[in-house]
Amino acid sequence: MRIEEHPILDFKRGKILNFTFNGEKLTGYEGESIAAALHAAGVKVLGESLNLHRPRGFYCAIGNCSSCLMVVNGVPNVKTCVTELKEGMVVQTQRGKGVLK
Amino acid sequence: MKTTELLVIGGGPAGLCAALSAAESGASVTVVERNNRLGGQLIKQTHMFFGSREQYASTRGIDIAKILEAELIKYSRQIEVLTDTAVLGLYEDGVVNALYKEEDYFKIKPKAIVAATGAYEKSLAFPNNDLPGIYGAGAVQTLMNVYGVKPGNNVLMVGAGNIGLIVSYQLMQAGVRVAAILDAAPKIGGYLVHASKIARMGVPILCSHTVKEAIGKDCLEKAVICMVDERFSPIPGTEKELEVDVMCISVGLTPLCELLAMRGCEMKYVPQLSGSVPVRNERYETTIENLFVAGDASGIEEASSAMVEGRLAGLCAAAKMGYKPADFDERFKGYAAQLKALRSGPVGEHILRGIEQIVSKEDRHV
Ligand SMILES: Cc1cc2nc3c(=O)[nH]c(=O)nc-3n(C[C@H](O)[C@H](O)[C@H](O)COP(=O)(O)OP(=O)(O)OC[C@H]3O[C@@H](n4cnc5c(N)ncnc54)[C@H](O)[C@@H]3O)c2cc1C
Repeated sequence: MRIEEHPILDFKRGKILNFTFNGEKLTGYEGESIAAALHAAGVKVLGESLNLHRPRGFYCAIGNCSSCLMVVNGVPNVKTCVTELKEGMVVQTQRGKGVLK
Repeated sequence: MKTTELLVIGGGPAGLCAALSAAESGASVTVVERNNRLGGQLIKQTHMFFGSREQYASTRGIDIAKILEAELIKYSRQIEVLTDTAVLGLYEDGVVNALYKEEDYFKIKPKAIVAATGAYEKSLAFPNNDLPGIYGAGAVQTLMNVYGVKPGNNVLMVGAGNIGLIVSYQLMQAGVRVAAILDAAPKIGGYLVHASKIARMGVPILCSHTVKEAIGKDCLEKAVICMVDERFSPIPGTEKELEVDVMCISVGLTPLCELLAMRGCEMKYVPQLSGSVPVRNERYETTIENLFVAGDASGIEEASSAMVEGRLAGLCAAAKMGYKPADFDERFKGYAAQLKALRSGPVGEHILRGIEQIVSKEDRHV
């Protein structure tokens, strides 16, 4: 799902980073958001709604709508559309509101 | 606590121009941007802009962002830029609360503020509109043009305004198929140049159409579209199913000014400006003293006018703090004339009717 050739843009991708999504090993590039890396790997469902448990993906991609909240390195409610991917991140689907430790 | 003279919230075209203009008058400025880079909406816009020469017409949005950033370097001793930092609250004692990278909270006490927080995309109500695969058109633009990731394979674009048309074209540039563009209005809203470019590429633009529902289990699989009558009510029997895995909602933006509303600025719902916006005076100062606004946050318009509004707000905010340049009146009138020129024509007149409703002539803060 990555754009390889583009008439105007030249994507200078950073270093390859390893991370996991619900235990599955995936890779992304340095400089991209968690949601972008997941999307490139074909993962569109990022979480579920609180009451009806309907699937949720991102909507705004600029950190406004809260549709992309996930558990990252054990921390819930991370806006994955604007949080940069880091080496070794553990990304998980969030169920419920999450708990503050 | 961090202190600064002018705090600019938002590093889009309006915010950057406000910072530049205030620095030109002699003020020190801190620009706070929640994204990891400056430029606002410009960083995803690969098309050439309309507007006049002063506002970089015929230059691609991404390049305008670079031009403004290069200008910042000229004032590097006066302008400080904090990216990855979101402003969370403005308080009555003038203290601003900000968050760096979701980990570090800190306070800033500025003498004046320009809020240039931009806008966010509206959604559209129809059954299953929350399925993954249904995104704001701007979100898809970010995914493609900033990260180089395709949203999917087959797209239904909802909305034939300029953004819908431009993003459709950009989808095709990225090698993604656009199944159709639809709009509930009987006529295409965007510029004809954009529409004809797309029509030539064989994408149907269906006016008087809307989305009846989305279908899919975990993600979007199909969209049911139908025709609407003059009152925008669906016409039974005109339903059609499209097999699409992405739907882009491009039904307009609305000003992002919760911070201002929260601080107690008087707000007004103005349809011509696409939402609830702060009441202000001619110098872009809201009903809260020393709190200024500029760009899409004060009404949805364009990058060109956002830049000029930013220059004006920065000029006036600096003047209020005592940095009033000798040529203040000339500069003020020059920018006002640029705005007037940008707002000629039917769209501009519509905007002007909106602005009339929020600009108070009486001066509350003399
Ligand atoms: C597809 C598309 C095509 C367009 N084409 C054109 C065109 O051809 N010509 C034209 O003139 N205009 C065009 N525009 C419109 C133009 O991009 C916008 O009008 C312009 O970017 C508005 O500038 P702004 O600075 O007010 O807001 P923005 O560019 O939205 O910038 C606001 C900034 O504030 C930041 N921010 C928001 N809240 C906070 C907070 N709490 N703390 C810190 N930072 C915050 C945001 O991250 C953002 O970077 C187009 C827009 C789109 C989406």
